[in-house]
Amino acid sequence: MAERPEDLNLPNAVITRIIKEALPDGVNVSKEARRAISQAASIFVLYATSCANNFAMKAKRKTLNAGDVMSAVEEMEFERFLQPLREALEAYKKGQKGKKEATEQKRKDKEKQNTDENDKSRDEEEDEQEGENEGEEEDVEN
Amino acid sequence: MSEKNMEEKVEQATNSKNVSLPMSRVRLIMKSSPDVSCINQDALFLTTKATELFVKHLALSSYKNGSGKETNTLSYSDLANAAEETETFQFLTDILPKKILARDYLKSLEEMKKDDDNL
Repeated sequence: MAERPEDLNLPNAVITRIIKEALPDGVNVSKEARRAISQAASIFVLYATSCANNFAMKAKRKTLNAGDVMSAVEEMEFERFLQPLREALEAYKKGQKGKKEATEQKRKDKEKQNTDENDKSRDEEEDEQEGENEGEEEDVEN
Repeated sequence: MSEKNMEEKVEQATNSKNVSLPMSRVRLIMKSSPDVSCINQDALFLTTKATELFVKHLALSSYKNGSGKETNTLSYSDLANAAEETETFQFLTDILPKKILARDYLKSLEEMKKDDDNL
């Protein structure tokens, strides 16, 4: 799959929304400023990734984990982000756990439903066979 | 912060949507970085969230610091100034260069050429 340059940019609509949330009501943002912030955000991701990766490599790990990202954010001197990030991560993990449990529950419910249906159809087959036997006996008597 | 406060904040955050930026796109950017092989899901979430916080911080700092308060607009030059003046935004100076008038640039080119000729 070829990597187009646009793919490394973040969606404009979302970036604009985030900017508007941060600024006081009624403040305008020039188109140029919006584009520049979007590019800055992509650079931020690259910088944070590279920094986090250094921590992972130092620990001889191939997988980037949450701790590496937190260390990177601190290294980049964005300590103000650390507490909000910790809280957001808690909420995220809780949400993920809830989703996982909901999926597990759904699966269990579906299994139970399948087992019930199998029992029902077996009972119906037995009834049909009995009916046929009775018919034959009557003929023989006559 | 007390345990109870933390619990409440987590409740609030869980009820509202976690992130606005698409994590799939953020992953794409992260993977383009050399030497990165695997990214844990929590790490991806944190990076996405941190980027959102960064966007807000950059926008607000640039606005507060800039001349936009009079014109009620956040302009490119506000961002470029923030990149040069704020230490934590220094890594952005390459992509947010200050703009200069073409004639000033040509003038400085001429002066550089004159220096070379004098050598």
